[in-house]
Amino acid sequence: MSLIIKTSRTHNFEQGIKSSEITAESAYLNRREFIKQSGLLAGAAWAGGLSLPAQADNSAYANDFKDLIKTPYGQGESLTSFKDATSYNNFYEFGTGKKDPAANAQQFVTDPWSITVEGEANKTGTFHLEDILKHAQMEERIYRFRCVEAWSMTVPWVGFSLADMLKRFDPTSKAKYVEFETLYDPKQMPGQKRRVLDWPYRDGLRMDEAMNPLCFMAVGLYGRDLPNQNGAPIRLVVPWKYGFKNVKSIVKIKFTEHQPVCTWNTTAPKEYGFYSNVNPSVDHPRWSQATERKLGANFWEPKTKTQMFNGYGEQVAHLYKDMDLTKYF
Amino acid sequence: MDAMINRNWLMQIKEYLPGLCFFKPFVFLLCLVPFAFYVSGALNQQLGPNPVEAMIRGFGDWGIYFLLIGLSISPARKIFKLNWLIQYRRMIGLFAFFYVCIHFASYIWFEQFFDVQEIIKDIIKRPFITIGFVCFLMLLPLAITSTNGMMRRLKKNWLRLHKLVYPISILALLHYFMMTRADYLVPGFLLLVLSVLLAYRIVRSIKSH
Repeated sequence: MSLIIKTSRTHNFEQGIKSSEITAESAYLNRREFIKQSGLLAGAAWAGGLSLPAQADNSAYANDFKDLIKTPYGQGESLTSFKDATSYNNFYEFGTGKKDPAANAQQFVTDPWSITVEGEANKTGTFHLEDILKHAQMEERIYRFRCVEAWSMTVPWVGFSLADMLKRFDPTSKAKYVEFETLYDPKQMPGQKRRVLDWPYRDGLRMDEAMNPLCFMAVGLYGRDLPNQNGAPIRLVVPWKYGFKNVKSIVKIKFTEHQPVCTWNTTAPKEYGFYSNVNPSVDHPRWSQATERKLGANFWEPKTKTQMFNGYGEQVAHLYKDMDLTKYF
Repeated sequence: MDAMINRNWLMQIKEYLPGLCFFKPFVFLLCLVPFAFYVSGALNQQLGPNPVEAMIRGFGDWGIYFLLIGLSISPARKIFKLNWLIQYRRMIGLFAFFYVCIHFASYIWFEQFFDVQEIIKDIIKRPFITIGFVCFLMLLPLAITSTNGMMRRLKKNWLRLHKLVYPISILALLHYFMMTRADYLVPGFLLLVLSVLLAYRIVRSIKSH
Protein backbone atom coordinates (compact mmCIF):
# COMPACT_ATOMS: atom_id res chain seq x y z
CA MET A 1 0.00 0.00 0.00
CA SER A 2 1.11 3.45 -0.71
CA LEU A 3 1.36 5.23 2.56
CA ILE A 4 2.81 8.50 1.47
CA ILE A 5 0.80 10.82 -0.68
CA LYS A 6 2.80 12.97 -2.99
CA THR A 7 1.27 16.37 -2.59
CA SER A 8 3.23 19.42 -3.56
CA ARG A 9 2.85 19.11 -7.30
CA THR A 10 -0.61 17.56 -7.41
CA HIS A 11 -1.89 20.22 -5.11
CA ASN A 12 -0.69 22.99 -7.39
CA PHE A 13 -2.10 21.21 -10.38
CA GLU A 14 -5.54 20.68 -8.91
CA GLN A 15 -6.14 23.98 -7.26
CA GLY A 16 -3.82 26.33 -9.04
CA ILE A 17 -2.42 27.82 -5.87
CA LYS A 18 0.99 27.58 -4.35
CA SER A 19 1.34 25.57 -1.22
CA SER A 20 2.61 28.67 0.53
CA GLU A 21 -0.74 30.35 -0.08
CA ILE A 22 -2.64 27.86 2.01
CA THR A 23 -3.51 29.69 5.18
CA ALA A 24 -1.20 28.85 7.94
CA GLU A 25 -4.01 28.32 10.42
CA SER A 26 -5.84 25.64 8.52
CA ALA A 27 -2.63 23.80 7.87
CA TYR A 28 -1.77 24.12 11.48
CA LEU A 29 -5.11 22.76 12.62
CA ASN A 30 -4.88 19.95 10.11
CA ARG A 31 -1.53 18.93 11.38
CA ARG A 32 -2.77 19.10 14.94
CA GLU A 33 -5.72 16.91 13.96
CA PHE A 34 -3.43 14.34 12.35
CA ILE A 35 -1.26 14.24 15.40
CA LYS A 36 -4.26 13.79 17.66
CA GLN A 37 -5.65 10.99 15.54
CA SER A 38 -2.40 9.14 15.27
CA GLY A 39 -1.93 9.55 18.99
CA LEU A 40 -5.37 8.10 19.58
CA LEU A 41 -4.73 5.10 17.37
CA ALA A 42 -1.37 4.49 18.88
CA GLY A 43 -2.82 4.88 22.35
CA ALA A 44 -5.34 2.16 21.64
CA ALA A 45 -2.63 -0.07 20.29
CA TRP A 46 -0.60 0.29 23.45
CA ALA A 47 -2.13 -2.44 25.56
CA GLY A 48 -2.36 -1.58 29.20
CA GLY A 49 -1.60 2.06 28.48
CA LEU A 50 1.47 2.56 30.63
CA SER A 51 1.15 5.80 32.46
CA LEU A 52 4.43 6.62 34.03
CA PRO A 53 4.91 10.10 35.37
CA ALA A 54 8.03 12.04 34.57
CA GLN A 55 10.45 12.64 37.37
CA ALA A 56 10.49 16.38 37.48
CA ASP A 57 9.14 19.55 36.02
CA ASN A 58 5.60 18.24 35.59
CA SER A 59 4.39 21.81 35.56
CA ALA A 60 6.13 22.34 32.23
CA TYR A 61 4.21 19.55 30.58
CA ALA A 62 1.54 20.45 28.08
CA ASN A 63 -0.98 18.33 26.27
CA ASP A 64 -0.39 19.41 22.70
CA PHE A 65 -0.52 15.75 21.73
CA LYS A 66 -3.64 14.10 22.96
CA ASP A 67 -3.51 10.47 24.03
CA LEU A 68 0.17 10.33 23.42
CA ILE A 69 1.61 6.92 24.23
CA LYS A 70 4.17 6.94 26.96
CA THR A 71 6.86 4.39 26.27
CA PRO A 72 9.15 2.65 28.74
CA TYR A 73 12.16 4.48 27.24
CA GLY A 74 14.00 6.39 29.91
CA GLN A 75 11.46 5.92 32.67
CA GLY A 76 13.07 6.66 35.99
CA GLU A 77 15.54 9.16 34.54
CA SER A 78 15.42 12.58 36.08
CA LEU A 79 14.55 15.12 33.44
CA THR A 80 16.33 18.31 32.51
CA SER A 81 13.95 21.18 33.18
CA PHE A 82 11.94 22.48 30.25
CA LYS A 83 13.55 25.86 30.72
CA ASP A 84 17.11 24.54 30.58
CA ALA A 85 16.39 22.22 27.65
CA THR A 86 14.94 25.11 25.66
CA SER A 87 17.29 27.95 26.61
CA TYR A 88 20.73 26.36 26.18
CA ASN A 89 20.96 25.17 22.60
CA ASN A 90 23.46 24.69 19.84
CA PHE A 91 21.63 25.71 16.69
CA TYR A 92 24.17 27.81 14.79
CA GLU A 93 21.57 28.76 12.18
CA PHE A 94 20.25 31.12 14.85
CA GLY A 95 23.60 32.21 16.28
CA THR A 96 26.55 30.51 17.93
CA GLY A 97 25.82 31.52 21.52
CA LYS A 98 23.90 29.07 23.66
CA LYS A 99 21.12 31.61 24.27
CA ASP A 100 20.98 32.80 20.65
CA PRO A 101 18.59 30.14 19.29
CA ALA A 102 15.97 30.82 21.97
CA ALA A 103 16.32 34.56 21.31
CA ASN A 104 16.44 34.51 17.51
CA ALA A 105 14.20 31.62 16.50
CA GLN A 106 10.89 32.89 17.82
CA GLN A 107 9.68 34.26 14.48
CA PHE A 108 10.83 31.21 12.55
CA VAL A 109 7.99 29.95 10.32
CA THR A 110 7.63 26.19 10.48
CA ASP A 111 4.23 25.89 8.91
CA PRO A 112 3.73 25.09 6.07
CA TRP A 113 6.71 22.73 5.95
CA SER A 114 7.73 20.13 3.44
CA ILE A 115 10.49 17.58 3.17
CA THR A 116 12.16 16.54 -0.06
CA VAL A 117 13.13 12.89 -0.34
CA GLU A 118 15.82 12.08 -2.90
CA GLY A 119 18.26 9.45 -3.99
CA GLU A 120 18.20 5.69 -3.77
CA ALA A 121 14.53 5.17 -2.96
CA ASN A 122 11.40 4.36 -4.93
CA LYS A 123 9.11 6.93 -3.35
CA THR A 124 10.96 10.18 -3.75
CA GLY A 125 9.52 13.67 -4.06
CA THR A 126 8.45 16.56 -1.92
CA PHE A 127 6.02 15.81 0.85
CA HIS A 128 4.01 18.05 3.11
CA LEU A 129 4.91 17.47 6.71
CA GLU A 130 1.26 16.65 7.48
CA ASP A 131 1.38 13.79 5.05
CA ILE A 132 4.40 12.36 6.75
CA LEU A 133 2.98 12.87 10.22
CA LYS A 134 -0.39 11.32 9.54
CA HIS A 135 1.18 7.89 9.33
CA ALA A 136 3.22 8.35 12.44
CA GLN A 137 2.58 6.68 15.74
CA MET A 138 3.21 9.51 18.14
CA GLU A 139 4.96 8.44 21.28
CA GLU A 140 6.98 9.92 24.09
CA ARG A 141 10.50 8.71 24.70
CA ILE A 142 12.82 9.96 27.39
CA TYR A 143 16.35 9.94 26.03
CA ARG A 144 19.67 11.04 27.37
CA PHE A 145 21.30 13.62 25.11
CA ARG A 146 25.08 14.05 25.15
CA CYS A 147 26.65 17.01 23.38
CA VAL A 148 30.17 16.69 21.98
CA GLU A 149 31.01 19.72 24.16
CA ALA A 150 30.66 17.50 27.26
CA TRP A 151 27.32 18.71 28.55
CA SER A 152 24.21 16.59 28.64
CA MET A 153 20.49 16.65 29.26
CA THR A 154 17.58 14.24 29.51
CA VAL A 155 14.57 15.12 27.42
CA PRO A 156 11.06 13.69 27.04
CA TRP A 157 10.79 13.82 23.25
CA VAL A 158 7.56 13.40 21.32
CA GLY A 159 7.84 11.83 17.90
CA PHE A 160 7.97 8.58 16.02
CA SER A 161 10.33 5.90 14.83
CA LEU A 162 12.73 6.99 12.08
CA ALA A 163 12.80 3.47 10.65
CA ASP A 164 9.03 3.46 10.17
CA MET A 165 9.24 6.68 8.21
CA LEU A 166 12.22 5.65 6.09
CA LYS A 167 10.57 2.36 5.13
CA ARG A 168 7.66 4.24 3.63
CA PHE A 169 10.02 5.89 1.16
CA ASP A 170 11.00 2.40 0.04
CA PRO A 171 14.78 2.74 -0.14
CA THR A 172 16.48 0.57 -2.78
CA SER A 173 19.26 -1.91 -2.14
CA LYS A 174 21.73 0.80 -3.16
CA ALA A 175 20.75 2.94 -0.19
CA LYS A 176 23.69 2.42 2.17
CA TYR A 177 23.43 5.75 3.94
CA VAL A 178 20.84 8.37 4.66
CA GLU A 179 21.58 12.07 4.79
CA PHE A 180 19.55 14.77 6.52
CA GLU A 181 19.64 18.45 5.70
CA THR A 182 18.53 21.52 7.63
CA LEU A 183 16.70 24.41 5.98
CA TYR A 184 18.90 27.09 4.42
CA ASP A 185 17.11 30.43 4.71
CA PRO A 186 19.34 33.30 5.87
CA LYS A 187 16.34 35.65 5.97
CA GLN A 188 14.83 33.59 8.74
CA MET A 189 17.99 32.12 10.13
CA PRO A 190 20.27 35.05 10.96
CA GLY A 191 23.19 32.79 11.88
CA GLN A 192 23.43 31.74 8.23
CA LYS A 193 24.37 35.27 7.18
CA ARG A 194 27.92 34.45 8.19
CA ARG A 195 29.69 31.36 6.95
CA VAL A 196 30.44 29.96 10.38
CA LEU A 197 29.67 26.53 8.94
CA ASP A 198 29.28 25.29 5.40
CA TRP A 199 25.51 25.78 5.07
CA PRO A 200 23.17 24.05 4.71
CA TYR A 201 23.83 21.90 7.75
CA ARG A 202 24.05 18.23 6.84
CA ASP A 203 24.70 15.00 8.63
CA GLY A 204 23.89 11.37 8.12
CA LEU A 205 23.77 7.80 9.29
CA ARG A 206 24.65 4.41 7.94
CA MET A 207 21.43 2.70 6.85
CA ASP A 208 21.60 0.01 9.53
CA GLU A 209 22.10 2.72 12.16
CA ALA A 210 19.14 4.65 10.84
CA MET A 211 16.93 1.55 10.92
CA ASN A 212 17.78 0.92 14.58
CA PRO A 213 14.60 1.23 16.64
CA LEU A 214 16.20 3.87 18.90
CA CYS A 215 16.39 6.44 16.08
CA PHE A 216 13.64 8.93 16.52
CA MET A 217 12.07 11.80 14.60
CA ALA A 218 11.02 14.36 17.18
CA VAL A 219 8.23 16.87 16.67
CA GLY A 220 7.82 17.80 20.29
CA LEU A 221 9.19 17.75 23.79
CA TYR A 222 7.56 17.93 27.19
CA GLY A 223 4.22 17.18 25.54
CA ARG A 224 4.48 20.37 23.51
CA ASP A 225 5.17 21.16 19.89
CA LEU A 226 8.91 21.32 19.38
CA PRO A 227 10.12 24.83 20.28
CA ASN A 228 11.82 26.50 17.31
CA GLN A 229 15.17 26.62 19.08
CA ASN A 230 15.09 22.85 19.48
CA GLY A 231 14.74 22.21 15.75
CA ALA A 232 11.10 22.73 14.88
CA PRO A 233 9.12 21.42 13.20
CA ILE A 234 10.94 18.12 12.92
CA ARG A 235 14.36 16.91 13.95
CA LEU A 236 16.40 13.77 14.32
CA VAL A 237 17.26 12.24 17.70
CA VAL A 238 19.93 9.53 17.79
CA PRO A 239 20.60 9.10 21.50
CA TRP A 240 23.84 7.11 21.35
CA LYS A 241 25.61 9.70 19.22
CA TYR A 242 26.84 13.20 20.00
CA GLY A 243 24.19 15.87 19.74
CA PHE A 244 25.37 17.43 16.49
CA LYS A 245 24.35 14.28 14.60
CA ASN A 246 20.73 15.14 15.40
CA VAL A 247 19.92 17.33 12.41
CA LYS A 248 17.30 19.98 13.16
CA SER A 249 14.55 21.59 11.05
CA ILE A 250 14.90 18.94 8.38
CA VAL A 251 13.94 19.82 4.79
CA LYS A 252 15.72 17.06 2.92
CA ILE A 253 16.31 13.35 3.31
CA LYS A 254 18.61 11.72 0.81
CA PHE A 255 19.41 8.03 0.42
CA THR A 256 22.93 7.52 -0.86
CA GLU A 257 25.30 4.75 -1.81
CA HIS A 258 28.32 6.57 -0.40
CA GLN A 259 29.00 8.11 2.96
CA PRO A 260 27.38 11.53 2.95
CA VAL A 261 29.15 14.82 3.52
CA CYS A 262 28.59 15.90 7.12
CA THR A 263 28.99 19.53 8.11
CA TRP A 264 31.03 19.21 11.31
CA ASN A 265 33.01 16.32 9.89
CA THR A 266 34.15 18.43 6.93
CA THR A 267 34.74 21.48 9.13
CA ALA A 268 37.14 19.63 11.45
CA PRO A 269 37.61 15.97 10.45
CA LYS A 270 40.05 15.28 13.28
CA GLU A 271 37.55 16.45 15.87
CA TYR A 272 34.20 15.20 14.60
CA GLY A 273 34.07 11.79 12.97
CA PHE A 274 31.30 10.45 10.76
CA TYR A 275 30.17 8.02 13.46
CA SER A 276 30.52 10.30 16.49
CA ASN A 277 29.23 7.67 18.86
CA VAL A 278 29.35 8.78 22.47
CA ASN A 279 32.56 7.21 23.71
CA PRO A 280 34.21 8.16 27.02
CA SER A 281 37.50 6.55 26.02
CA VAL A 282 38.00 8.51 22.80
CA ASP A 283 38.67 12.12 23.73
CA HIS A 284 37.92 15.09 21.59
CA PRO A 285 41.40 16.41 20.70
CA ARG A 286 40.76 19.49 22.81
CA TRP A 287 38.85 18.11 25.77
CA SER A 288 38.08 14.90 27.60
CA GLN A 289 34.90 12.96 26.85
CA ALA A 290 35.17 10.86 30.00
CA THR A 291 32.71 12.99 31.94
CA GLU A 292 29.84 15.31 31.24
CA ARG A 293 28.13 18.22 32.94
CA LYS A 294 24.37 17.81 33.29
CA LEU A 295 22.45 20.95 32.45
CA GLY A 296 20.96 22.46 35.56
CA ALA A 297 23.45 20.66 37.77
CA ASN A 298 24.21 22.39 41.01
CA PHE A 299 27.43 24.34 41.11
CA TRP A 300 28.94 21.90 43.59
CA GLU A 301 27.73 18.75 41.90
CA PRO A 302 30.55 16.68 40.45
CA LYS A 303 30.45 15.85 36.77
CA THR A 304 28.72 12.67 35.63
CA LYS A 305 30.69 9.80 34.10
CA THR A 306 29.91 9.45 30.41
CA GLN A 307 28.72 6.00 29.36
CA MET A 308 29.79 4.10 26.26
CA PHE A 309 27.19 4.70 23.53
CA ASN A 310 25.62 7.07 26.06
CA GLY A 311 24.32 4.00 27.91
CA TYR A 312 22.55 2.54 24.86
CA GLY A 313 25.20 -0.13 24.16
CA GLU A 314 22.81 -3.01 24.57
CA GLN A 315 20.73 -1.76 21.67
CA VAL A 316 23.50 -0.52 19.36
CA ALA A 317 26.90 -2.02 20.16
CA HIS A 318 26.33 -4.81 17.61
CA LEU A 319 26.30 -2.21 14.83
CA TYR A 320 30.00 -1.58 15.42
CA LYS A 321 31.45 -4.99 16.23
CA ASP A 322 34.80 -5.59 14.54
CA MET A 323 35.18 -1.84 14.08
CA ASP A 324 38.08 0.04 15.64
CA LEU A 325 36.18 2.84 17.33
CA THR A 326 39.33 4.86 17.93
CA LYS A 327 39.77 4.98 14.15
CA TYR A 328 36.07 5.26 13.27
CA PHE A 329 35.25 7.76 15.99
CA MET B 1 34.14 81.63 22.76
CA ASP B 2 31.91 78.65 23.39
CA ALA B 3 34.52 76.36 22.08
CA MET B 4 37.05 77.94 24.40
CA ILE B 5 34.81 77.48 27.41
CA ASN B 6 34.03 73.93 26.40
CA ARG B 7 37.65 73.20 26.02
CA ASN B 8 38.38 74.67 29.39
CA TRP B 9 35.69 72.61 30.96
CA LEU B 10 36.99 69.47 29.32
CA MET B 11 40.52 70.34 30.37
CA GLN B 12 39.36 70.78 33.92
CA ILE B 13 37.75 67.37 33.95
CA LYS B 14 40.85 65.90 32.42
CA GLU B 15 43.05 67.53 35.00
CA TYR B 16 41.04 67.41 38.17
CA LEU B 17 38.66 64.49 38.01
CA PRO B 18 41.39 61.89 38.38
CA GLY B 19 42.85 63.96 41.19
CA LEU B 20 39.72 63.65 43.27
CA CYS B 21 40.21 61.33 46.17
CA PHE B 22 37.28 59.09 45.33
CA PHE B 23 38.27 58.47 41.72
CA LYS B 24 40.78 55.69 42.19
CA PRO B 25 38.64 53.67 44.60
CA PHE B 26 35.77 54.16 42.16
CA VAL B 27 37.79 52.66 39.31
CA PHE B 28 38.86 49.87 41.63
CA LEU B 29 35.24 48.99 42.44
CA LEU B 30 34.32 49.22 38.79
CA CYS B 31 36.93 46.59 38.02
CA LEU B 32 35.30 44.31 40.56
CA VAL B 33 31.88 44.49 38.90
CA PRO B 34 32.39 41.45 36.62
CA PHE B 35 33.61 39.45 39.60
CA ALA B 36 30.56 40.46 41.62
CA PHE B 37 28.31 39.65 38.66
CA TYR B 38 29.52 36.06 38.41
CA VAL B 39 29.68 35.42 42.14
CA SER B 40 26.17 36.73 42.76
CA GLY B 41 24.98 34.93 39.62
CA ALA B 42 26.38 31.69 40.98
CA LEU B 43 24.83 32.20 44.40
CA ASN B 44 21.43 33.12 42.96
CA GLN B 45 21.54 30.47 40.23
CA GLN B 46 21.35 33.02 37.45
CA LEU B 47 24.21 31.86 35.30
CA GLY B 48 21.99 29.63 33.17
CA PRO B 49 21.83 25.88 32.74
CA ASN B 50 25.62 25.49 32.68
CA PRO B 51 26.86 27.90 35.37
CA VAL B 52 30.33 26.40 35.68
CA GLU B 53 31.07 26.99 32.01
CA ALA B 54 29.61 30.50 32.22
CA MET B 55 31.82 31.38 35.17
CA ILE B 56 35.07 29.89 33.87
CA ARG B 57 34.63 31.52 30.46
CA GLY B 58 33.45 34.79 31.96
CA PHE B 59 36.54 35.13 34.15
CA GLY B 60 38.78 34.15 31.23
CA ASP B 61 37.15 36.75 29.01
CA TRP B 62 37.74 39.45 31.62
CA GLY B 63 41.35 38.40 32.04
CA ILE B 64 41.84 39.13 28.35
CA TYR B 65 39.82 42.35 28.46
CA PHE B 66 41.96 43.68 31.30
CA LEU B 67 45.16 42.71 29.49
CA LEU B 68 43.96 44.71 26.49
CA ILE B 69 42.81 47.64 28.64
CA GLY B 70 46.20 47.59 30.33
CA LEU B 71 47.93 47.66 26.96
CA SER B 72 45.79 50.63 25.86
CA ILE B 73 46.87 52.83 28.72
CA SER B 74 50.23 53.96 27.38
CA PRO B 75 48.96 54.71 23.85
CA ALA B 76 45.88 56.51 25.23
CA ARG B 77 48.07 58.51 27.57
CA LYS B 78 50.35 59.65 24.78
CA ILE B 79 47.70 60.21 22.11
CA PHE B 80 45.21 62.06 24.33
CA LYS B 81 47.88 63.58 26.57
CA LEU B 82 46.32 62.13 29.70
CA ASN B 83 49.33 61.70 31.88
CA TRP B 84 47.38 60.68 34.95
CA LEU B 85 46.29 57.49 33.17
CA ILE B 86 49.65 56.00 34.08
CA GLN B 87 48.52 55.82 37.70
CA TYR B 88 45.99 53.19 36.67
CA ARG B 89 48.26 50.89 34.71
CA ARG B 90 49.40 48.84 37.68
CA MET B 91 45.88 48.46 39.00
CA ILE B 92 44.55 47.32 35.63
CA GLY B 93 47.45 44.91 35.19
CA LEU B 94 46.84 43.43 38.61
CA PHE B 95 43.17 43.05 37.79
CA ALA B 96 44.13 41.14 34.64
CA PHE B 97 46.17 38.87 36.91
CA PHE B 98 43.26 38.63 39.35
CA TYR B 99 40.80 37.51 36.65
CA VAL B 100 43.29 35.02 35.22
CA CYS B 101 43.79 33.64 38.74
CA ILE B 102 40.09 33.16 39.41
CA HIS B 103 39.66 31.78 35.88
CA PHE B 104 42.26 29.14 36.69
CA ALA B 105 40.95 28.66 40.24
CA SER B 106 37.38 28.08 39.07
CA TYR B 107 38.70 25.53 36.56
CA ILE B 108 40.60 23.76 39.38
CA TRP B 109 37.65 23.90 41.72
CA PHE B 110 34.47 23.47 39.69
CA GLU B 111 35.77 21.74 36.58
CA GLN B 112 38.28 19.36 38.20
CA PHE B 113 37.30 19.42 41.88
CA PHE B 114 40.95 19.67 42.94
CA ASP B 115 41.90 16.41 41.21
CA VAL B 116 45.58 17.29 40.86
CA GLN B 117 46.39 14.31 38.64
CA GLU B 118 43.58 15.18 36.23
CA ILE B 119 44.69 18.80 36.16
CA ILE B 120 48.30 17.90 35.38
CA LYS B 121 47.14 15.46 32.70
CA ASP B 122 44.92 18.14 31.19
CA ILE B 123 47.72 20.71 31.17
CA ILE B 124 50.12 18.32 29.47
CA LYS B 125 47.69 16.73 27.04
CA ARG B 126 45.64 19.68 25.81
CA PRO B 127 47.62 22.39 24.03
CA PHE B 128 45.08 25.15 24.69
CA ILE B 129 45.22 24.43 28.40
CA THR B 130 49.03 24.22 28.27
CA ILE B 131 49.11 27.68 26.72
CA GLY B 132 46.64 29.06 29.24
CA PHE B 133 48.78 27.69 32.05
CA VAL B 134 51.92 29.20 30.55
CA CYS B 135 50.16 32.58 30.49
CA PHE B 136 49.38 32.20 34.16
CA LEU B 137 53.00 31.31 34.97
CA MET B 138 54.32 34.25 32.97
CA LEU B 139 51.98 36.63 34.78
CA LEU B 140 53.28 35.55 38.19
CA PRO B 141 56.63 37.41 38.07
CA LEU B 142 54.86 40.50 36.76
CA ALA B 143 52.42 40.50 39.66
CA ILE B 144 55.19 39.84 42.21
CA THR B 145 57.34 42.68 40.87
CA SER B 146 54.50 45.18 40.68
CA THR B 147 55.36 46.92 43.96
CA ASN B 148 57.25 50.22 44.20
CA GLY B 149 60.05 48.50 46.10
CA MET B 150 60.50 45.93 43.36
CA MET B 151 60.44 48.62 40.71
CA ARG B 152 63.29 50.43 42.48
CA ARG B 153 65.30 47.30 43.06
CA LEU B 154 65.05 46.00 39.50
CA LYS B 155 65.76 49.38 37.89
CA LYS B 156 66.10 48.99 34.12
CA ASN B 157 65.39 45.28 34.31
CA TRP B 158 61.90 46.01 35.58
CA LEU B 159 60.89 47.45 32.23
CA ARG B 160 62.57 44.60 30.42
CA LEU B 161 60.76 42.03 32.56
CA HIS B 162 57.40 43.69 32.12
CA LYS B 163 57.68 43.49 28.35
CA LEU B 164 56.53 39.92 29.00
CA VAL B 165 53.02 41.31 28.83
CA TYR B 166 53.27 41.29 25.02
CA PRO B 167 53.88 37.56 24.59
CA ILE B 168 51.37 36.90 27.40
CA SER B 169 48.65 38.77 25.52
CA ILE B 170 49.42 36.96 22.29
CA LEU B 171 49.34 33.58 24.04
CA ALA B 172 46.14 34.45 25.88
CA LEU B 173 44.42 35.14 22.55
CA LEU B 174 45.88 31.96 21.08
CA HIS B 175 44.37 30.14 24.07
CA TYR B 176 41.00 31.69 23.20
CA PHE B 177 41.30 30.83 19.49
CA MET B 178 42.24 27.24 20.25
CA MET B 179 39.20 26.58 22.40
CA THR B 180 36.81 28.08 19.85
CA ARG B 181 34.72 25.62 17.84
CA ALA B 182 33.71 27.51 14.73
CA ASP B 183 32.76 31.12 15.36
CA TYR B 184 35.89 33.28 15.43
CA LEU B 185 34.10 36.62 15.49
CA VAL B 186 34.79 37.56 19.12
CA PRO B 187 38.39 36.30 19.38
CA GLY B 188 38.97 37.79 15.91
CA PHE B 189 37.83 41.19 17.15
CA LEU B 190 40.06 40.92 20.22
CA LEU B 191 42.97 39.97 17.98
CA LEU B 192 42.33 43.07 15.89
CA VAL B 193 42.44 45.24 19.02
CA LEU B 194 45.66 43.57 20.18
CA SER B 195 47.20 43.98 16.73
CA VAL B 196 46.51 47.71 16.74
CA LEU B 197 47.99 48.06 20.22
CA LEU B 198 51.12 46.14 19.28
CA ALA B 199 51.46 47.91 15.93
CA TYR B 200 51.41 51.25 17.75
CA ARG B 201 54.41 50.17 19.80
CA ILE B 202 56.30 48.83 16.81
CA VAL B 203 55.74 52.05 14.87
CA ARG B 204 56.88 54.16 17.83
CA SER B 205 60.01 52.16 18.42
CA ILE B 206 60.92 52.40 14.71
CA LYS B 207 60.32 56.16 14.76
CA SER B 208 62.45 56.69 17.86
CA HIS B 209 65.46 54.98 16.30
